[in-house]
Amino acid sequence: MISLKDIRSAILISLWFIFLTFPLMVIKVNPIDRVIDWRWLNMLYVGGGSFFFYLISRIFIKHKEARQDKMQKKQESERIEKSWSIFYKPKVYVPFLVIIALFALAFPLLFSTYQTNIMITALMYVMLGLGLNIVVGVAGLLDLGYVAFYAVGAYSYSLLNLHFGIGFWTALPIGALMAATFGILLGFPVLRLRGDYLAIVTLGFGEIIRLILENWNEFSQGPSGISNIPRPGLFGLEMSLNGAITYLYYLMIILVLFTVFVVNRLQNSRIGRAWFALREDEIACQAMGIDKTTTKLRAFALGATWAGMVGVIFAAKTTFVNPASFTFLESAIILCIVVLGGMGSIIGVILGALVLILLPEYLRAFSDYRMLVFGGVLVIMMVFRPQGIISNIRRTYTFTGQEDSP
Amino acid sequence: MSLVREPSADQPILEIRGLTMEFGGIKALDHLDLQVRQGEIVALIGPNGAGKTTFFNCLTGIYKPTAGDLLLTPTGEKTRRLNGLKPNKVTEQGLARTFQNIRLFPNMTVLENVMIGHHCRTKARILGAIFRGPETRREEKQIVRQSYTIIEKMGLAGMVNEFARNLPYGAQRRLEIARALATDPQILLLDEPAAGMNPQETNKLDHLICRIRDEGLSILLIEHDMKLVMSLSDHIFVMDYGKKIAEGSPEQVRNNPDVIKAYLGEDIVDGNT
Repeated sequence: MISLKDIRSAILISLWFIFLTFPLMVIKVNPIDRVIDWRWLNMLYVGGGSFFFYLISRIFIKHKEARQDKMQKKQESERIEKSWSIFYKPKVYVPFLVIIALFALAFPLLFSTYQTNIMITALMYVMLGLGLNIVVGVAGLLDLGYVAFYAVGAYSYSLLNLHFGIGFWTALPIGALMAATFGILLGFPVLRLRGDYLAIVTLGFGEIIRLILENWNEFSQGPSGISNIPRPGLFGLEMSLNGAITYLYYLMIILVLFTVFVVNRLQNSRIGRAWFALREDEIACQAMGIDKTTTKLRAFALGATWAGMVGVIFAAKTTFVNPASFTFLESAIILCIVVLGGMGSIIGVILGALVLILLPEYLRAFSDYRMLVFGGVLVIMMVFRPQGIISNIRRTYTFTGQEDSP
Repeated sequence: MSLVREPSADQPILEIRGLTMEFGGIKALDHLDLQVRQGEIVALIGPNGAGKTTFFNCLTGIYKPTAGDLLLTPTGEKTRRLNGLKPNKVTEQGLARTFQNIRLFPNMTVLENVMIGHHCRTKARILGAIFRGPETRREEKQIVRQSYTIIEKMGLAGMVNEFARNLPYGAQRRLEIARALATDPQILLLDEPAAGMNPQETNKLDHLICRIRDEGLSILLIEHDMKLVMSLSDHIFVMDYGKKIAEGSPEQVRNNPDVIKAYLGEDIVDGNT
């Protein structure tokens, strides 16, 4: 399994790590006693640790390569289908769904407000991920400025509330509509672009929106942001803080279900097919009579809609918005959710969002190392499952005529 | 079958007049004239670099021609000018093409590939997709049924749920034709359909193209396989250096000295005469 070459490179790598971490891990200056502590034991840990981690990763990678060689492409796709097909049987997935639904419903009763709050954030990212999934996963347009639409939604609600006293429920569709409009606005100049170029332009777009919000003081109150945004109301009912959070939680559950429903319907429609075709081959797509312009604009607009809605919810949840919440890092995290979860797969994106948002929260126990572990998880995922947690098994249209019985 | 139309010999369904395409100073196409009549198989041949694929790209809207007219006259309808239309509009008008190097949607199934072809003939919109009313559902069902009919006709019924990338080469070629047929075209444009095929596959393709023609479609094809061209075509146009150098029946073209010169070089022609 492990060749001599692997062991040699493992030794080299562990030596390299020892060298890199030497100043941090081994040398410790004690300013009180004015002495230097040489922690040689740490060096041993670093060396040994990296040695074994490297060997283990080699074994896994070799195992994976061997499996890939063995499987022909065709067999592989069959295998994937077989391993997942058990989840498609109603007998299996119905009880599964019931358990998840009960858990989701009971969550605020079982856990503290703090936990519920984290869960609300995670659900918001589920919606964001599903929205971006339309643009990146389904239509194959790499969008690095998705957070701009999120900001548009949040500021739509904050500003409309500030100036006109518009409530949450009116602002929700307005925010969605505003974001969709901005989606189309972004869509027009980037229609000709693809891949890297598109990514750069969308990145610029995201930054432009943030910079406008930051610098146009008369419009958005600049970096100090807008505060005292009301939480979502329920027929004018007065709610305690805890009650408001629980209410928001159930609201998010409903909205996530709504998102899943709509996105699923869209993907399995004539429009969704056109998006998938656009991702596969743009020229052939046009030659088949699909209008590239409208298809792309639809993807941008429908993807942005969800970001706009989540933006409104975000403003209502935190009761305060400022431009610092809409940095490039947000776009990157949402993109990570889509890629990690599995491009084009709805369940994958949901899992991806939960993992990526909840993991750093529950890793707080490891305090200093939590971002390190987080980064490590991402790297490991991309090495061993580049297609995401759940690869998109698209066989929506399987013909089931009598001619087709295998 | 809706595809069957009365053939009319006088009015060409596709007429190209003085088509010119310049890239900078280079004339890739130089005043090219060409006609395709209803129900005809027309072949466009010529040595490599003669401008055949450029011609296809001009015709299907990928390039915008510098000068000339592209006129489409479906039977019983008014003449339409195709110049400057976007590729998807050209397809809507009734020209469907295949590609020299196969351009399928590799990660979609055979059925889905053909379903994409129906896109421009159907009209479900965003709200229709979300609410999935009876109209949308009927349309979807109809798309699947029609697609399957075409797949069956192209001999791909056994692989209907297979991913396009897993198909053998010959089947991929046929799938491309199936996908083009799904756009319900007036004229089918085939860019080297037999490229890379073995003799049996070519033979099969020969029958297939004839059958499509017999259903009333007109076919314009670019091809290098002379055997296929000679056996199949009703009319042949020969191009070299962006110009038309000959046209006529397979027999006429075969004996045309200009054609032999273009293909085999000057010396051999001199030696023969």
